[in-house]
Amino acid sequence: MTLEVTNCLLRMYEEHHNLEDYQGGVPRWCTGCGDNAILTAMQRLCRDNDLRPEKTVFVSGIGCSSRLPHYMRTYGFHGIHGRALPVAEGIKMARPDLHVFVNTGDGDCCSIGAGHWIHGIRYNMNMTMVLHDNHVYGLTKKQVSPTSPRGLKSNTTPRGAYLEALNPLTVTLGVQNVSFVAQAVDWIPEALYDVLSMAFRHRGFSFVRVIQRCPEFLPNMFDPWLQNPQKTLLLTHERGLHVSANMAKVYNNRKEHDPLDLDRAREVASAEDPIPVGLLYQNPAVPCYEDLRRSGQLRTADYVRAGLEAEFDKFTVWPAEQERSKPAA
Amino acid sequence: MNDAATLEKPSGDVTQLPRAKRPVRTVELPESIIEVVSDSGEGAQRCGQSLGSVAAKSGNGVWTVEIIPAEIQPPARSVAGASGNRVRIGSRPVTNGGDEADLVVAFNEQVLLGRVRAGELKPGCIILLESMWRNDRNPSVVASYVATRDKLLEAGYRVYEIPMEQECRKLVSDPRRGKNMFVLGMLCSIYSLDLELAREQIAITFGKKDQKVIEANIGLLEAGWHWADANLDFRYWIPPAHVAQPQLVVNGNTALALGVLASGMEICAMYPITPATSVSHYLSDVFERVGGLVHQAEDEIAACAFAVGASYAGKCTATVTSGPGYSLKQEAIGLAVMAEIPMVVINVQRGGPSTGQPTKGEQGDLLTAIYGSHGDAPKVVMAASSIEDCFYSVITARKIAETFNMVVVLLSDANLATGQQPFPRPKFSEGWLAPPIDQSAVAEGSKPYDWDRVTGLARRFMPGQPHGMHTLTGLAHDRDSHVAYDPLSNEEGLRHRSLKLAALQKTLRPLQVFGDGSGDLLVIGWGSTKGAIEEAVARLRADGLKVSSLHLQFLQPMAPGLKEIMQRFRKVMTVESNWSDDPSDEIVDAENRRYSALAMMLRARTLIDVDCWTEVRARPIKPGIIAEALRAKLQE
Repeated sequence: MTLEVTNCLLRMYEEHHNLEDYQGGVPRWCTGCGDNAILTAMQRLCRDNDLRPEKTVFVSGIGCSSRLPHYMRTYGFHGIHGRALPVAEGIKMARPDLHVFVNTGDGDCCSIGAGHWIHGIRYNMNMTMVLHDNHVYGLTKKQVSPTSPRGLKSNTTPRGAYLEALNPLTVTLGVQNVSFVAQAVDWIPEALYDVLSMAFRHRGFSFVRVIQRCPEFLPNMFDPWLQNPQKTLLLTHERGLHVSANMAKVYNNRKEHDPLDLDRAREVASAEDPIPVGLLYQNPAVPCYEDLRRSGQLRTADYVRAGLEAEFDKFTVWPAEQERSKPAA
Repeated sequence: MNDAATLEKPSGDVTQLPRAKRPVRTVELPESIIEVVSDSGEGAQRCGQSLGSVAAKSGNGVWTVEIIPAEIQPPARSVAGASGNRVRIGSRPVTNGGDEADLVVAFNEQVLLGRVRAGELKPGCIILLESMWRNDRNPSVVASYVATRDKLLEAGYRVYEIPMEQECRKLVSDPRRGKNMFVLGMLCSIYSLDLELAREQIAITFGKKDQKVIEANIGLLEAGWHWADANLDFRYWIPPAHVAQPQLVVNGNTALALGVLASGMEICAMYPITPATSVSHYLSDVFERVGGLVHQAEDEIAACAFAVGASYAGKCTATVTSGPGYSLKQEAIGLAVMAEIPMVVINVQRGGPSTGQPTKGEQGDLLTAIYGSHGDAPKVVMAASSIEDCFYSVITARKIAETFNMVVVLLSDANLATGQQPFPRPKFSEGWLAPPIDQSAVAEGSKPYDWDRVTGLARRFMPGQPHGMHTLTGLAHDRDSHVAYDPLSNEEGLRHRSLKLAALQKTLRPLQVFGDGSGDLLVIGWGSTKGAIEEAVARLRADGLKVSSLHLQFLQPMAPGLKEIMQRFRKVMTVESNWSDDPSDEIVDAENRRYSALAMMLRARTLIDVDCWTEVRARPIKPGIIAEALRAKLQE
């Protein structure tokens, strides 16, 4: 396919990019929206890894979170509600040479796109998916979402949400082929950046849930966590989150967690208070769907022709050497 | 079902004994329609297909139609369970399944009854009926068999009772699985086909199995041939046309898949659905050998979104589906239209709405194809009208999609999907293939939607192209691909996306009329009905009637000159396999009558009073029935 063609372009000079090279339109999110923190971390990540903007694609669905590609100066694909993952999978399959990021919200991923989410984990294609989880529908003005806590009053649940919230971490960790699960919160930018870096470096489908504030519709929801650092549990490990001295001073509720341990990861994921932050699970050995499916063979015209003629041969009726004549009675 | 003792017992008291052999005169026929029907799993389909291949190799014109029950394993011996094949063999090229059958081979009387009741048999035709049911242990089976046979004889059919199972048991222990090749042998004898070609065919059919299987089946073939030769008192000869060119014998779905290979597309995304799935079965087997892949997505929506993503970042991609799947894809199709991403959507139509008739063909999706997806979503709609057309249409569709950055919907249907017809083996052309994707830098400051004022066309920027970075969006957008809600930008986008259809229309070849360029009646059709319509028109023309026909490959846009042709005829009507209200129904009048899809389009486009005749009987429309409808229209 096109892998070899697109990868053999010679780089005649070293390119260095700065933050502005990744900054697109002026964000139109509300002041204090957690999406801003994710955008900043993403732009830093691109700069620090010197990603070529033309080789980078941010794919999103619909919702506040899904505006993110417009604010990057890379290629972006702002598609339809819930379908960011299959679009991104198509892109990655056609072009493994591209860096693919998916930005999605709790409605986009966990509700209308839930089927694609489960299967995206199974495919384990090499991309980073960020779930911007603010526990509410923002763009459509405050409706209950699958991750809204029970009892949340919204425009569609004026007497409070009826159901328990869905836990995206346990769902993801329950799917066969899961290869990377991490969690961050928008109000600890250092940890957010570190988690996204680990996700980007992981070869496979990296699922990052970012718990974020919605100052417009749920202005006080995370106040207890902001006020009390003990309600955040940093997951530490030599292969996991890097805890700086500054971070260590504030967040001393820490726990050593081996990201290879799936059972422990599921236990950690089930705990919602304190909120675990860091790398829950990573298995670098899960094969990527695109590696399983792509032949890597360069498709020259002769190659296609040979394959096609071989197929034609199977179905060809060659003219008889002699014309048949009416048999004698 | 039958114990061996019963079968071994000489059955001298019944009529299945060989008739007294008289010298047989070989009768020359211009064509013959043969049906082989059995319970599901008894191999009548393989028998029919093999017969078709042998006839094609012999130089005869052939068209095969699958007879498929809706269920995978319908109950044995049921009227609704007929499974098999209709094979129409002619001296000249055959373009459709024809009218009623001339000769039917039935493995039991119940599946035969199904065909009789469906009106598929020519009055007085030959029936070759498995006679084992006479000796069945179950008295009700015996009674039903005898009663059916007697009734058919009474009705004037020439019924030959044949001890197929008994004869096969002489060679194999499980005759139920080998009977079909015995029947193939009989048919080769009856139609004077070369036994050696049939042996070769068996070797191809069972090529993947071991030599013993091939030998056993050849043994059965020869036994059938000799049995018919020794016992039957009729034999036919359908003179073949001399064919100088190698021919490809495939069904429509295989032709579509070969078209995908030949078009240079690299990815086909799909979700299993009848009757489209066999395209993907075949493609899954061979696509990777030419560097492509079939992605079976988690659902129809994902399949379409995957195709959109792959097309956006690389070469044009295909997604293949049928009715319900096509409905599910609408939002993603709209996205591709809005963002101007090339994509080929193949819809192998089946009966609808809802789950409808999964294995039966219908032309009910035309308007959905043209107008589907919310808002104004202009896309190209083409329809394949023959097996050969299935192949070439995919190549054309890919080219149009990439040239115009549009969605191209290619309509086929269940009749083409499983029908077989030989066509000249295509000669490979590099022009079929998609060009390599463009990774060159675009000029700094150029716009991703720099629409041409006249044609609406804009160069597509794709990931990897330096300076082409933009965020594609399904929202209304301006030339920079920036979200734009202002009234002028919205209108500008709509105008340019629409203009591309006009630009394509200017490039289409003018239409060819079948028959004279003017006359009393012009029949217009599209899709799989082409062969039947043209055969009906030819019959009427042979009777001196001034009828001609037009068959549309492009439904959106329509080829230039259409209206001018229509104006040269006194009456115009469409013949389609979709619904239209019957004007003679009590409460139907000129004001509320619902016309068929193409008739509605043509009326709107040309302001000509186009009438329509339609049939939705879950089977290919027969040329004879069309001819009657046309005669009636002429006499109005």
